[in-house]
Amino acid sequence: MTDDVRALSAELARDPGSLVFVALGEALRVRGRLDAAAKVALAGLEHHPNLADGHDLYARIVADAGDVERAADEWSIALALDPHHAGAHKGLGFANFQRGDLDAALEHLELALAADPTDQSTVQALHAVRQAAQQAASDPGAGASVERPAVFAGLEGADSGLLLVDPQGRVLAGGLRAQGGPDVAEEVAAYLAGVSQEADRSARLLELGEWRWIMAEGDAGHLHLSAPSASALLLLVRDKSVPSGRLAILAARAAEVARRWLEGQTL
Amino acid sequence: MTTGFQKALDRVTRVRGVRGAMLVAGDDGLVVAESLMEGVRGNALAALAASLAKRFRRASETAACGLPQFIHLQASQGSLLAAPAPSGMLLVVVAEADINVGLARLEMLKAGEAIA
Repeated sequence: MTDDVRALSAELARDPGSLVFVALGEALRVRGRLDAAAKVALAGLEHHPNLADGHDLYARIVADAGDVERAADEWSIALALDPHHAGAHKGLGFANFQRGDLDAALEHLELALAADPTDQSTVQALHAVRQAAQQAASDPGAGASVERPAVFAGLEGADSGLLLVDPQGRVLAGGLRAQGGPDVAEEVAAYLAGVSQEADRSARLLELGEWRWIMAEGDAGHLHLSAPSASALLLLVRDKSVPSGRLAILAARAAEVARRWLEGQTL
Repeated sequence: MTTGFQKALDRVTRVRGVRGAMLVAGDDGLVVAESLMEGVRGNALAALAASLAKRFRRASETAACGLPQFIHLQASQGSLLAAPAPSGMLLVVVAEADINVGLARLEMLKAGEAIA
């Protein structure tokens, strides 16, 4: 055992509620002692469940162990506790890059750099992700189609209240207009990527199983979000006069249509 | 005031199938008051419910549906319910999958009024 680990361990033994668990856990992590580091982090989080640094530490440990999704969950909690936490933004930048979501990776890395402009590793990561994003943009096969397939033709609100998007928040089909006015499909689609990830994390961390749908009753309208397949999200929007029970029935019908169309796309 | 919060939460947790209820600061996801069954990760529930509600609010407002008054996440083994409470707080409930959502919603709205 090295001197600093020994000293930090002794300090923690004297005061198990001490914040020194963060330094000790990190010291163990960088030495590759991941099991010991995880034990220290989890015990520390028992004492300090709302400490963003504690969740950031645990996230780095599980990321080192190869569980990037679990790490992303912990970084999300850290950010919910401290929205300007540089380590959590940097971690989510890494996690989103691993998933191939370059836009989200760039956003988190830029926020990480804003929170800590002196971190050279963030500067390097940002440079690498920007290069990857430029390459993706210059690939003609990567461009999104501007035409939206009429997947929901025949269903009520086919092009103004039914939207099919991919997990990265890009429109696949359908359309959405704000109260029949401006086209807000692209903007809402971008928000849905985040909603889906949060739903996944919430359900997993709370041991609720797989999430099936989310319904929100707003002041002026209702939204219903579901996942007709692993590669798509379906949003159905109706005005407030449509009861939530009917909304669920309409959503189920639209999901069936979307599922058939998606299966046809993969043949 | 804390007792008032607790009474409001207890009212919600009396609904059959509710595993826990908590009041969360909407801005930062910190726990204000809680009434949870053993095993429910309170801090994770608070942080993620606040984050989910914030993201859904953006989508809802952009779609001109306004501020969400009730959010219901249905999962295979449970449900997560959320409703805005006074002073920017969020009332969050974690429940069994087969909960009577209508009744839970009613009690959540009454609890919100009780702490106003």
